[in-house]
Amino acid sequence: MSNICENEMKLEFTSKSNNEAFARITVAAFASQLDPTIEELADIKTAVSEAVTNCIIHAYEGKEGIIKILCQVFAGSIQIEISDTGKGIEDIETAKQPLYTSKPNLERSGMGFTIMESFMDEMKVESIVGLGTKVTMKKIIKKE
Amino acid sequence: MEWNYKNEDKLLTITLKEEIDHHTVEKIRRKIDNEIQRYMPKKVVFDFNYVNFMDSAGIGLLIGRYKITNMLRRNFRNKEYNYKCKKNIGDVRCAKNYTNSKREDCGKSRRK
Repeated sequence: MSNICENEMKLEFTSKSNNEAFARITVAAFASQLDPTIEELADIKTAVSEAVTNCIIHAYEGKEGIIKILCQVFAGSIQIEISDTGKGIEDIETAKQPLYTSKPNLERSGMGFTIMESFMDEMKVESIVGLGTKVTMKKIIKKE
Repeated sequence: MEWNYKNEDKLLTITLKEEIDHHTVEKIRRKIDNEIQRYMPKKVVFDFNYVNFMDSAGIGLLIGRYKITNMLRRNFRNKEYNYKCKKNIGDVRCAKNYTNSKREDCGKSRRK
């Protein structure tokens, strides 16, 4: 698989929940140049939606902030980087546990990171408390 | 979202439509809870056939409604769902069955 970036896209928007649909649709539209299947596209959309929702609910806790998305297309794969400058994650391993939620009162399922991890081929979370979080995900698009 | 209540069976069918995410789930949740409290049905059925997109907010919605119907000693069922939310419905089943099993088991079946 080639490491040369063939195409790149950057997106910046405020942490409003009505931007979730905008973010996932934009990333899916950009990913469509790799000719993915509908299922692969649905996986990307779901993973992006989860990451953006995390930024809105957990990083900024409903306050206004900026969410940045960087998408890079390689030969046969797409890498998506979603970052915020919110409060950060203290314990990444605990946050990644299925069904774990730091906000049970909001009726969250605690499946965000599990979905990102299982729908995408690679996922990496980097976070500094007080500075922000960056989630990097990679999806390999299989060619028939 | 549409709902249909059959008095003879005390069956409330809720047909969810379009996209279920953190933004849309708030409105849907309020409506569903209102309908459950209004009719006090014996059975609640969720129809996902017309859902185009669903993320973990939809799973939270289902788990929450499952808890409410359980509390009211009502039956809860996911009717049909299309391929677009098939994977996520699997997560709801996993969460429902999660009692003493290991957390790590969740989502593992789909991991490569």
